[in-house]
Amino acid sequence: MAAVALTPFRNVAKTKRNQAEDFMKKVYGSAAEALDGLLKDGMFIAAGGFGLCGIPELLIDAIHKAGTKDLTIASNNCGVDHFGLGILLDSRQIKKMISSYVGENAEFMRQYLSGELELEFNPQGTLAERMRAGGAGIPGFYTKTGVGTVIAEGKDHKDFDGETYILERGIVADLAIVKGWKADESGNVIFRKTARNFNVPAAKCGRVCICEVEEIVPTGSLDPDHIHLPGIYVHRLIQGQHEKRIEQRTTRKKEA
Amino acid sequence: MWDRNQMAARAAQELQDGWYVNLGIGIPTLVSNYIPEGVEVTLQSENGMLGIGPFPYEGEEDPDLINAGKQTVTAEKQTSFFDSSESFAMIRGGKIAMAILGAMEVAENGDLANWMIPGKLVKGMGGAMDLVAGVKRVVVVMDHTNKAGESKVLKACTLPLTGQKVVDRIITNLGVLDVVEGGLRIVELADGVSEDELRTATEATIVG
Repeated sequence: MAAVALTPFRNVAKTKRNQAEDFMKKVYGSAAEALDGLLKDGMFIAAGGFGLCGIPELLIDAIHKAGTKDLTIASNNCGVDHFGLGILLDSRQIKKMISSYVGENAEFMRQYLSGELELEFNPQGTLAERMRAGGAGIPGFYTKTGVGTVIAEGKDHKDFDGETYILERGIVADLAIVKGWKADESGNVIFRKTARNFNVPAAKCGRVCICEVEEIVPTGSLDPDHIHLPGIYVHRLIQGQHEKRIEQRTTRKKEA
Repeated sequence: MWDRNQMAARAAQELQDGWYVNLGIGIPTLVSNYIPEGVEVTLQSENGMLGIGPFPYEGEEDPDLINAGKQTVTAEKQTSFFDSSESFAMIRGGKIAMAILGAMEVAENGDLANWMIPGKLVKGMGGAMDLVAGVKRVVVVMDHTNKAGESKVLKACTLPLTGQKVVDRIITNLGVLDVVEGGLRIVELADGVSEDELRTATEATIVG
């Protein structure tokens, strides 16, 4: 037992210094720089966001500019026409989507119905849990969601305590692209309101995760109790301006 | 016969004080306008929010604060935010007392179809399959018949299912029906609707 304990203690001083340098290394100057060396035709990307809320706008733009093709993308939605992931549809960079809802996108429908684009529908909770599980080293899990529907076809069924469940697989993506509100230089991320959504599970399931945020603050300036996504999940960070487009602007009038 | 708002008001009678509830898009969203006096419910939005407030005042919209229909909303005093896997953990874990949702078809055994019409544009199931599989009680609010006058309350669904044997209660423009052993039981008739009218508009077996 003693031998096992010795190893982590031996290099304490050195490790501390290297960690401090590594923290700084997570911060990149632009989305293109952060993606450098990571993009490959045919790769599998997990993207955060719900509708247009909390989407990694800057990284999507940079992937568009990089021209990477034949992408499989796991994302709850596929943006709208000409915005969000919709711009990667326009440029025919997406081969397959894994999504729960794609109703806001005419170009998506056109490509899907003409056979140019593959689509795998996942129930929203199944998609979120597939990402979470993949990131947690869980290759599969049983769920009641989808039992008796087309979603269950071809999947392993198993009864637990008198109820039937189906086996769903965890997702591990080559790259996760997510959007946070604030991060410190060590990669700890805080999200804002409902923009957290799929960003946390998507980040966790990436072999590499790039997070774009509105503000990067010095390490130590965020309250450790308030971190939503610990820095261990975040490998590269960028800061930038976000358009944050609103999909359905609903308001009420102030009573006179 | 009940109109959309009367159906929503009737559905609001299903709510109990202290419940956490998920409301679907369409008529179910209107339910929040009719929550009875003295009943406090917390509305869940599956994109990661408990405690949905009203729409924001003009000029106060926040792109980071939307409901599952992607509409701008506001937070309430008891609101909490969380990620999508957490959101569906509480749905699948049976923590949500009730889901009120729309439907294309409901069958007498509680089967529900509300996400897909083969051959037409397919938008996706979103969180509907998770909700009907996970919440404690599922209430459907819909018109009793389609535009062609055909019953949407059937012996068996013809459309791809959202969930199997998941519906507990159906509220339509003609009345309220419960899914029971052997078929549907009439709970209530809408204003001015006779039992004969309801039975005629229903393809499903009515028992009791």
